[in-house]
Amino acid sequence: MKQPNSQPCSELMLRETASQTAGPYVHIGLALHVAGLPERDEEIWSRMASPEAEGEHIEVVGTVIDGNGDLVRDALLEAWQADSQGRYQPEFDLKKPFNSFGRTATTADEGSEWSLTTIKPGRVRVDGIDEEHGVIDDKDSHLANARSALKMAPHINLAIFARGVNIQLQTRLYFEDEAEANAECPVLSRIESPTRRQTLIAKREEADGKVRYRLDIKLQGEGETVFFDF
Amino acid sequence: MQDHNKRFVERDRNWHPPAYAPGYKTSVARSPQQALVSMQQPSASELTGPSFRQLRMGSHDNDLLLNYREDPALAGAVGLPVGERIIMFGRVVDQFGKPVPHTLVEMWQANAGGRYRHKKDGYLAPLDPGFGGVGRTLTDEQGWYRFRTIKPGPYPWPNDPNSWRPSHIHVSVMGPSISTRLITQMYFEGDPLIPLCPIVNTIKDPAAVETMIGRLDMARSKPMDCLAYRFDLVVRGELQTFFENQ
Repeated sequence: MKQPNSQPCSELMLRETASQTAGPYVHIGLALHVAGLPERDEEIWSRMASPEAEGEHIEVVGTVIDGNGDLVRDALLEAWQADSQGRYQPEFDLKKPFNSFGRTATTADEGSEWSLTTIKPGRVRVDGIDEEHGVIDDKDSHLANARSALKMAPHINLAIFARGVNIQLQTRLYFEDEAEANAECPVLSRIESPTRRQTLIAKREEADGKVRYRLDIKLQGEGETVFFDF
Repeated sequence: MQDHNKRFVERDRNWHPPAYAPGYKTSVARSPQQALVSMQQPSASELTGPSFRQLRMGSHDNDLLLNYREDPALAGAVGLPVGERIIMFGRVVDQFGKPVPHTLVEMWQANAGGRYRHKKDGYLAPLDPGFGGVGRTLTDEQGWYRFRTIKPGPYPWPNDPNSWRPSHIHVSVMGPSISTRLITQMYFEGDPLIPLCPIVNTIKDPAAVETMIGRLDMARSKPMDCLAYRFDLVVRGELQTFFENQ
């Protein structure tokens, strides 16, 4: 047997279970009513905020489009966003007025748009510490401090799962009426092509007195959405 | 929420299937052509994720033998689903072998004949009035999860002129953050359809395919009742950064 120190470090670590596509029937498992199955008492779905939730109530909608320009009608999306104060709320609980996590789907029979009922997220500090409660115990790294005080522009993290997608595509939705914050967002600035940054900016619409943001996600080709590795 | 000193081991994207894998035809038009944009220093947005300990589960949410009845009046042994009764169980650990407790594991599958209870599945094999095909559970303190179900059948799909999926159960696991989020499929040990499958073959490394195969476990099988398959899930390893912000 080889000495542990003679093995490459990667061999001392387990390998992650390999990803596979969620396939065409992902709804059976993760979006029951879309599949035509009866729902259980509590489901994880697209209403992330109830009317009592603090913050600006918005609807976020969009399509998913493939490399031919056709609608993807069987995608499942997962959203992860901060509350109106820029804090993630990790404890998912349907009794709370706001949940940081939600799911939505495009379907063949509902116009093929995904949508989320939520509130506009606040700005999140890169390190996740909120100013009121956070304590930075860093004593010797001013650089790290400077970085961790950076605030990202308001955004919703989105993961796209679908037939033909072998491992989920991770992206972010930003808001067009946050131009100033977007311009200084350390993550948006990581995208070398300013043209491509635009693929993450949702357009503001008003419909039936409600504020709505639209982001069409293009999986491939012209206007292809930026996807992240993290 | 001080996640600033947490990190996850980088995802090896040569181990996972690539986005573009032309043998699996749907991936051709659904794969990005541009490179992924890497976040060298993931932020709170990537390092956090939901916990589902407050999600109220039904008592049979992880028991597919009992959690669906076309006619709710059917109870007990009447209306049990047809097929091979199995326990599917395993442990969720991270790449350092650390158990991942209280994490959400979800699964969905076809019935014994390879038919999904989904309005878009038009395969001629019949639905089973006693079988829905969905389950969910949380891992326990040590990272263990378990389901009771029917072994799903293979089914044909329009890829190559005669493509059949091996028997499989779709498995979804959250882990401690959205960085560890993973959807995969469990295949069954010894199934000769596995090496023929264009979806399995999106993965290049045979060792990576092995991570998706559930193993027959006679010790956990119940005599005169059901067989057991063990399927451990490994999610990205969680580490503390040594210097940054500490």
